[in-house]
Amino acid sequence: MKTIAAKIWEQHLVRREAGLPDLLYIDLHLVHEVTSPQAFESLRLAGRRVRRPDRTLATVDHNVPTTGRDLPWDDPLSIRQVETLRANCAEFGVPFFDIADPRQGIVHVVGPEQGFSQPGMTIVCGDSHTSTHGALGALAFGIGTSEVEHVLATQTLPQAPPRTMAVEVNGELARGVTAKDVILNVINAIGVGGGTGHVVEYRGDVVRALSMEGRMTVCNMSIEAGARAGLVAPDDVAFAWLEGRPASPAGAAWERALDRWRALASDEDAAFDAVVELDGAALEPCVTWGTNPAQSAPVTGRVPDPADASGEAAREQTARALRYMDLEPGAALADIPLDRVFIGSCTNSRLEDLRAAAACVRGRRVANRVRAMVVPGSGLVKAAAEAEGLDEVFRAAGFEWRDAGCSMCLGMNPDILLPGERCASTSNRNFEGRQGPGGRTHLVSPQMAAAAAIAGHFVDVRDWEMD
Amino acid sequence: MRRFETVRGGALPLNRADVDTDQIIPAKYLKRIERSGFGEFLFDDWRKDPEFVLNDPAFAGAPVLLAGANFGCGSSREHAPWALEDHGFRALIAPSFADIFRNNCAKIGLLTVTLAQADVEFLMARAEELPDAAIVVDLETQTVATADGAFRRSFEIDPAVRRNLLEGLDAIGLTLEREDDIAAFEERRADDHYPSTVPAAEESA
Ligand code: SF4
Repeated sequence: MKTIAAKIWEQHLVRREAGLPDLLYIDLHLVHEVTSPQAFESLRLAGRRVRRPDRTLATVDHNVPTTGRDLPWDDPLSIRQVETLRANCAEFGVPFFDIADPRQGIVHVVGPEQGFSQPGMTIVCGDSHTSTHGALGALAFGIGTSEVEHVLATQTLPQAPPRTMAVEVNGELARGVTAKDVILNVINAIGVGGGTGHVVEYRGDVVRALSMEGRMTVCNMSIEAGARAGLVAPDDVAFAWLEGRPASPAGAAWERALDRWRALASDEDAAFDAVVELDGAALEPCVTWGTNPAQSAPVTGRVPDPADASGEAAREQTARALRYMDLEPGAALADIPLDRVFIGSCTNSRLEDLRAAAACVRGRRVANRVRAMVVPGSGLVKAAAEAEGLDEVFRAAGFEWRDAGCSMCLGMNPDILLPGERCASTSNRNFEGRQGPGGRTHLVSPQMAAAAAIAGHFVDVRDWEMD
Repeated sequence: MRRFETVRGGALPLNRADVDTDQIIPAKYLKRIERSGFGEFLFDDWRKDPEFVLNDPAFAGAPVLLAGANFGCGSSREHAPWALEDHGFRALIAPSFADIFRNNCAKIGLLTVTLAQADVEFLMARAEELPDAAIVVDLETQTVATADGAFRRSFEIDPAVRRNLLEGLDAIGLTLEREDDIAAFEERRADDHYPSTVPAAEESA
């Protein structure tokens, strides 16, 4: 009578003691340049080593330019942070996908792509979107730098067991409604703090029918509802996706792994601390209008009126968001004119995302006033997309086609919005200034972003001709 | 880690819900490889507004921050607690905190206190009215009180977190004392397939 989260937890218990948090074993620790330098430095000062370099993998993603990658970059601090990670990996023996490595990319794209992220594992990274890896049926969560150091030194973490939440999406999605719309609707339904303290298990027909990439999009944004992690029970979709990846088991080990993985699913009668149900058939393509990921509405909808919010605090929060976003209450979302379009980030930069976006732009031109770019999630995604000519489709339409990295998701590398610029983005956060100080972010699916780039404003992709 | 000692002093009211860590410290300041020096960038964008409460001299030096629900949501960046701590905050009081943020605070000796929404609102209103009035946050007795004694509430906290904060324990050192358990766990699981990140050629070399 156990949930998958509880099963994975128990399989990783190193020690349980009354009055103390459980000591949990960590199977895979992903590392990037921003949240690790202080951890390595403290390790060094304490004379400690990395306990399991073979369970640790580092890459660079947040700081790297996505064009003109030869040194020197404009920002010496970015160079120093990347060089610091390089030196730390060399010193502590940690495998590292450096900037010139074809496998370099956003850490949450790289792990699953290589097959390092597997069902039933515990996975951590000094990054809140580590929940992405839960799509494979792993318990994956973000940690801070002190915890990064803890895992480097001990390969374990003291953790209190989470509560569990089932998010069940049944029915069937309409054409043009994507995994991104599913998760934006979930966050809208439960709120940005709705998942706090919980591991969310996504279930139901809609989730089962999603591709692996789609499940990663959904799990990726679990943290935007405050959840500690999000996951999907592994099934044939996951197994097919894993088979043959560089780090996946092979031969007899593959068969053994399948047996183990199949036993992970939540038991039929497992009880969750909370249950949320959504009707998949009722979902529409979504656009965020505000400054947190719960502030969204169907593309056919309108900017809300703060006066309609319940309670003074909610009214003030809505009014603040509209002031920042420079939107009028009651305006049609589809009429909002755009300056920039960003297709990328660990939410939506995998091959399937790029294919879906390309299908919306093939043979068309980006609107005059819009500057649009596509940033593949990894060097391998980029190569695969180029092998099928997607780069040509995007370039011909007027998109910039770039090298892998976090890019315009977070305003930490040269790809940023200028103050006041308005962007349709496939990333995961529309916080104030997230894409650059004063920038305005609308979160959407890759299809919605691609169509918006062509039209110059949002459009309902359910009516958009795709090839 | 710094030990948590009873805090007595002013409280700065940040009356907003869902304050995310991108506001607490924007990404462009995360490029430092040191742990210190983040305080000057705390709430960097919001501070450009002269009306922003952090710019109000009446609250300068306040060691307690009062905030709305779900404080610290978003990014896992520990730079956010570092910036708050570096600025001089020792205790944060809100109706709720984001999970990773709360964990990160605990690791650096910054106390997060969860009180009922109405209590936080009361304290905020009071701070706005009487910026000089001190409040006392006592972890030993698990209480928050106004210095005049008119308001007093106890709060819940995980007993292990409480002990770590009071004693300023080295969490890694404590776990390393469990080396036998960790090694035994690795031994027990040795048959399972879990991927190694080290290329096979190097591993056998
Ligand atoms: S793409 Fe964005 S959300 Fe994802 S890891 Fe990079 S910065 Fe974080």
